[in-house]
Amino acid sequence: MTVEVGTELPEQLFRVTRADLVRYAGASGDFNPIHWNERVALQVGLPGVIAHGMFTMALAGRAVTAWTGDPAALVEYQVRFGRPVVVPDDDEGAELTVRGKVAALLDDGRARVDLTVTSGGEKVLSLARAVVRLP
Amino acid sequence: MALDRELVGRSYPPSAVYEVGRAKIAEFATAVGALDPVHLDADAARAAGHPDVIAPPTFAIVVSLDAAFVVLSDPEVGLDYSRVVHGEQKFTHHRPVRAGDRLVATTTIDAARTVAGNDLLTARVELAGEDGEPVCTAVSMLVARGA
Repeated sequence: MTVEVGTELPEQLFRVTRADLVRYAGASGDFNPIHWNERVALQVGLPGVIAHGMFTMALAGRAVTAWTGDPAALVEYQVRFGRPVVVPDDDEGAELTVRGKVAALLDDGRARVDLTVTSGGEKVLSLARAVVRLP
Repeated sequence: MALDRELVGRSYPPSAVYEVGRAKIAEFATAVGALDPVHLDADAARAAGHPDVIAPPTFAIVVSLDAAFVVLSDPEVGLDYSRVVHGEQKFTHHRPVRAGDRLVATTTIDAARTVAGNDLLTARVELAGEDGEPVCTAVSMLVARGA
């Protein structure tokens, strides 16, 4: 594939439901109740149950690995958790949109990809960046 | 309380070994929808040049976050666990985590500062094989919100 600065990754849309959060809690071992218990989430001042930041990071990473076609090609990956993704108690859940753009070509055939991750039109991750080995 | 800058550079003893299993990788990969066969099928992983199934890029958190949290139980750090949220995360993969890995985590405090009443603490977790082979550097910035 031809990659240059400004090359855009295919946009990816994800739906995140409460069931996804319960499954991620079990798989990751992060059982913080703010990710599955509305009562606790409200008590600590959140607008409702929120997704694990690490779950959002994992989904955003899929936009990168889907683009390169090789999960092992993602050599560096970082995010700042800016705003929580509130997940309503319904079948639709929350929507997550991941866009990415090649920001720099590095040495050794690597590229830096900057990601824009939004939910309900608001940015939920900031400084979301990946370094990938290009095929 | 304000974090003590003297904490920067402090290291903690290596963790117990975490043995990475195929079933755990498959469980994690399925939970995040990472369904590439290299995560789920050892033959597919070998065909792609890996010795066994490899973990998705953020799997290292399963091992590294517990290791980062050792700083929270250090009485000289004195962060209030109930006020701690995850501020930033970075992974540098020296090679993919894979089934059969026996990982040891070593945690170091890279930064400690207080900004606008919030305590910000950066814990760097080096994940290595038992033989010392570097596998992943996982840096977690933890924020203890001011009271």
